[in-house]
Amino acid sequence: MAKIYVVDREGTEHELEAELGWSLMEIIREAGLPIEAACGGCCACATCHVYVEPEWFARLPEPEEEEQMMLDEAFEVKDTSRLSCQIKMTEELDGIRVTLAPEF
Amino acid sequence: MASDLIRTDMVIVGAGPVGLFAVFEAGLLGMSCHLIDNLDKVGGQCAELYPDKPIYDIPALPVCMGQELVDRLMEQIRPFNPVFHLGQQAQRLERVEGRWRLTTSAGTRFESPVVVIAAGAGSFVPRKLPLPEAAAFEGRSLFYAVRRRDAFRGRRILVAGGGDSALDWFLALQPLAQDIALVHRRDQFRAAPDSVAKMRALVERGEARFIQGQITGLLGTDGQLEAVRIRTPSGEILHPCDTLLAFYGLKMELGPLADWGLELEGGQIKVDTEAFETNLPGVFAIGDICTYPGKLKLILSGFHEGALMCQKAFKYCFPDKKLVFRYTTSSSELHKRLGVA
Ligand SMILES: Cc1cc2nc3c(=O)[nH]c(=O)nc-3n(C[C@H](O)[C@H](O)[C@H](O)COP(=O)(O)OP(=O)(O)OC[C@H]3O[C@@H](n4cnc5c(N)ncnc54)[C@H](O)[C@@H]3O)c2cc1C
Ligand code: FES
Repeated sequence: MAKIYVVDREGTEHELEAELGWSLMEIIREAGLPIEAACGGCCACATCHVYVEPEWFARLPEPEEEEQMMLDEAFEVKDTSRLSCQIKMTEELDGIRVTLAPEF
Repeated sequence: MASDLIRTDMVIVGAGPVGLFAVFEAGLLGMSCHLIDNLDKVGGQCAELYPDKPIYDIPALPVCMGQELVDRLMEQIRPFNPVFHLGQQAQRLERVEGRWRLTTSAGTRFESPVVVIAAGAGSFVPRKLPLPEAAAFEGRSLFYAVRRRDAFRGRRILVAGGGDSALDWFLALQPLAQDIALVHRRDQFRAAPDSVAKMRALVERGEARFIQGQITGLLGTDGQLEAVRIRTPSGEILHPCDTLLAFYGLKMELGPLADWGLELEGGQIKVDTEAFETNLPGVFAIGDICTYPGKLKLILSGFHEGALMCQKAFKYCFPDKKLVFRYTTSSSELHKRLGVA
């Protein structure tokens, strides 16, 4: 099974089994890691904000304008920021590494 | 702030889709309702978070936009004349002589045998700056809402955000301010194109400034802001100002409900699945705010919960009356209440 690596806010890394076709947010939430995802993945809350490891960031499909607009409402947005509910798990992403952004 | 007591059958906290439909079910049984919501509009999450996104799982409505659902509910409950108290938060709940007394942030007071909590994930409140020093400035030189425009006359203002609230207040305060700037992460805005054009024109004429960047720190003493640290694409800057207005959208927060003595589980209110009553007699919880084994946070489930809740609520409102089960299709009594007789 594909895997993703998630660094929590304390700096601990978790290896998670990743169901293909799920969003990264769903994989992280189902694993019980603290991701609020208040809107349930509708790109309407920005509480699923993650930082993507730079080499993986470059390989992701470009964010839609809607995701950019929602990121405007997040804090501590960096060049590698994405909303994890908008990234769909595919085989190409096997091994991707992300860090949970601070809660607000 | 003591105002006259409003006496009614049912006070509903939250005017989201579930609170709205409860008015209908209550109305059929002859109970009248007052609703309270922190937002200045009805519709809860549907209206605030996704007014123009489609919903596909409302029975018999193959597709319906968030706002459209709210508009349809408002039309459906119109015969029952619900009274709305918007822009205020339900704050205190007390038991007084066998009835419930509820007080809002605006000082409105209600007395009723039944209180229905349809509060979703809590009240919509402004998102705050997640900086440890922010709390010290809040209310004095850092604001998340504008109450009186005049209070900002002559100030050196920084407005943060890229949505309609940020742009609208930027434009409204510009003529009063000594100087004004807008800070936003990108040079693109999620606001009415007309406001964006007006903002750009002011910036071009040198009457206001736009700074692309993100706030990383607040500087000042005794709650008085002196400068804001901003990370821009070309490095960190200090922007001098005495007032910061931050508009980062809204989030939901359980709020005062947490102190009402309700049995909670993971931020939701525990109810039974027969009547959706809480541990407090006559206080019900329906919609996203309630939890029970198998609970699903769907609009559909909230409608069902409202219908069942009303059966028991009826007994609190009319202890001496008998409840008869009737269909809207065939009952002339219900037709009268619906205004279709
Ligand atoms: C983007 C998105 C898409 C969704 N899509 C669907 C879908 O396709 N199908 C579906 O069934 N569901 C969907 N949902 C979920 C659905 O919107 C919720 O289940 C529904 O809104 C719950 O309604 P509610 O009335 O219980 O609460 P809410 O809609 O959350 O409304 C609660 C209201 O109570 C107010 N309030 C709370 N506390 C207080 C207080 N103390 N004083 C005053 N006011 C208070 C709040 O301000 C709020 O307006 C979606 C949700 C989101 C965010
Ligand atoms: S879960 Fe809300 S934007 Fe991703």
